[in-house]
Amino acid sequence: MKQNYVFALALLLAAVGMSVFVYKWRVLGFPLTDNQETPVWTIESAISFDSGPGSIKVNLLIPTLTPGFRKLNENPISRGYGFSLNYGSGGREAQWAVRRADGPQTIYYRISVYEDSQADQSDTTPPFPPPPVINEPFKTAVDVLVNDVREQSADTESFTSELLRRMNDPSPGPNLELLLSDVSNDSDFVEVATTMLAAARIPARKVHGFPLSGRQRRAQPVTWLEVHDGDRWRYFDPATGEESIPERFLIWWRGNESLVSVEGGSNVEVDFAVQRNHVDAIAIARTHAGQDSTPLIDLSLYSLPIRTQAVYGVLLMIPIGALIMVLMRNFIGVDAFGTFMPVLIALAFRETKLFWGVVLFTLLVALGLSIRFLLERLRLLLVPRLSAVLIVVVLLMLVISLMSHKLGMETGLSVALFPMVIIAMTIERMSVVWEERGPTDALRGASGSLLVAIAAYIGMGLTWLEHLIFTFPELLLLILALVVVAGRYTGYRLLELSRFKALTGD
Amino acid sequence: MFGVANKLRAAGVLGLNERNAEFIMRLNPRRLYPRVDDKAITKELALQAGMAVPDLYGVIHHQGEVRRFREIVANYESFVVKPAQGSGGDGILVVTGRSQRKRDSFRLSSGMLMSEAEIEHHLSNIVGGQYSLSGHPDKALIEYCVRFDPTFAEVSYQGVPDIRVIVYQGYPAMAMVRLPTRVSDGKANLHQGAVGAGVCMSTGETLTGVLDNDVVDEHPDTGALISGLLIPQWDFILESAARGYDVTGLGYLGVDMVIDRYKGPLILEMNARPGLNIQIANCTGLACRIRRIDEIFDADATPEERVRICRREFPAERQTSMSFDL
Repeated sequence: MKQNYVFALALLLAAVGMSVFVYKWRVLGFPLTDNQETPVWTIESAISFDSGPGSIKVNLLIPTLTPGFRKLNENPISRGYGFSLNYGSGGREAQWAVRRADGPQTIYYRISVYEDSQADQSDTTPPFPPPPVINEPFKTAVDVLVNDVREQSADTESFTSELLRRMNDPSPGPNLELLLSDVSNDSDFVEVATTMLAAARIPARKVHGFPLSGRQRRAQPVTWLEVHDGDRWRYFDPATGEESIPERFLIWWRGNESLVSVEGGSNVEVDFAVQRNHVDAIAIARTHAGQDSTPLIDLSLYSLPIRTQAVYGVLLMIPIGALIMVLMRNFIGVDAFGTFMPVLIALAFRETKLFWGVVLFTLLVALGLSIRFLLERLRLLLVPRLSAVLIVVVLLMLVISLMSHKLGMETGLSVALFPMVIIAMTIERMSVVWEERGPTDALRGASGSLLVAIAAYIGMGLTWLEHLIFTFPELLLLILALVVVAGRYTGYRLLELSRFKALTGD
Repeated sequence: MFGVANKLRAAGVLGLNERNAEFIMRLNPRRLYPRVDDKAITKELALQAGMAVPDLYGVIHHQGEVRRFREIVANYESFVVKPAQGSGGDGILVVTGRSQRKRDSFRLSSGMLMSEAEIEHHLSNIVGGQYSLSGHPDKALIEYCVRFDPTFAEVSYQGVPDIRVIVYQGYPAMAMVRLPTRVSDGKANLHQGAVGAGVCMSTGETLTGVLDNDVVDEHPDTGALISGLLIPQWDFILESAARGYDVTGLGYLGVDMVIDRYKGPLILEMNARPGLNIQIANCTGLACRIRRIDEIFDADATPEERVRICRREFPAERQTSMSFDL
């Protein structure tokens, strides 16, 4: 019965731990290993203009909905301008304003994004567009063309493809030639397409963006055609009519509005620069979770100050040490002084490294023990004697540090990191065992402690494990579950097998 | 590896984990521990139940009373000093006599001489908690030194041999005699190097011994044959042990007894966490006997009835002269 409760509790703990872990890993994208980095694209637009005599107001359309990308951060950089963010018909608008400015001005807007195929931002389903108001003779040309294309197509997709194919035909026919007579660039070309799609009552819009690749000094926005098929937006290459989208296409703004408008300035120029760099995947996961306002991120250790993070990096490994302790004691049956003394020693080993840790620990305990035997002759009472041992341990640490420093062995300095109270208690306990049960038992206990400490050091020193626990502290629940289950392990310990060998009946 | 584990399981051998989880934690409630962990309380409870214990000469409760030691032992030639909450026999001093020349020097069972000041320091250590289970301040008991029965004279090296009985739910399940050796320094604890000899529950006859997990036939110091010795007053010993359950309420209990030449079997102490070496000494697993007791358990049975049942149920499974391959 009790067994069932224990397993149920362990199962519950493990389930909670694992589900939080899986959620953070799969959904929030926390990395399993330390060195996962995600490419981050920084796009900087520089608006330069000559300031006029009066107040200046600068409007820049900035990315709103960016399918395939998630925003890491964005910042406007300007000198002395007031900044505000507005929502206009074409999406978000960055607005800078200043009462007075002298000479040529440059304003920067910088955004960092990273790829995320799951970034499925909801877009509104547009209403059917009103028939465009077009003057003759263009109206007739549009009507004829729309009818022709409609006859040769089945749905929105094929209509769009057919339309674009005809528009790109080297000999498009008199109607299209008329319509395309004013077209001087891609943007105008797409605009004609949207007009005709509107005449066919198909919602369509112009999108402007950047295919991100490597570092680009002067990136040119590319115009693409976005068509809504009643269900979702689809992208068409205006030059071929194929449904496609350029690789890593960051949509900057949509619609016919001009990218930038400057009131009170002249000679406006906008330059885009693209840069690719790598950012720790954890930083991205944090921002990601922050945007989705997941409470889990508040539990993340990465929100703590760096200094505190360093402390927890070590503290969170103690449960691992405890787990190893449980394995060594209850499953193998190793004798050790003190329940968690070996784990604390292992913590000190992290700083000293294994070899010097073992050397220093052995040295400290051996010296402390011999002085403890000298103290025994003085017949001190228990607590004063313990304090005396503690003071001796501190002095020994000091001496070892000074000596090793003089000898040029800097590792000796780290002896100061040993938990001195624990060592003093170990020395006391060991000396009692030594007297009562003889040196064999005392040395066996000491070497057992050292063995467990080394095992714990190795377990707690696994970098991948440290990263995993630090990023997913909920895994500690899993360790708790393991320890709880181990607490009901009633089988033999490994060393008991040889102890009771005579009873096997062989 | 698993083969060995399976064989042990088949033989009903109890492991430490199983002992702790299934018996100690289930049958020994924490609040009853003081009854056995504090030997002063154990002694009092045993006396109330009319059981025989070594006479208490005096108790030293705190450092200030250490001075009283001299007057407590003034009238006694021999005595034992022990911590009330000691574990595993640590801190026990057996004084067998006084030095002829110096009245304030004491002779220990090992033959060593110890001055009064040294004994007082030892008492200070006991009171300070050096030997207590938790490191808390402790009491020191000064009591009658048992003059042991000649039955085991041939198979003991100094010290006092004692009899350990494991009592499960009031039923004596297994017993062994612990014989001090030179290595154990006169102490009767197996992990200190004493020899443990299994006992046939039916007859009270000793079986082969165990030394450091190995089976031995002869005492390492005296060379005398360990097996085949008949323990006197066996019935009374088992009854006293069985009564230990009624006194302490502990379902998994180790009762340690000694046989005094003049006073007969005396209860020395009881233990809520008795060790498992008794299985090696008896070449028998405890788990199968415990299972059998679970089958025949009767909450209303008197100690006499329980002892009778156990003597009937648990004869030695192996003959004393049997040898083992190791």
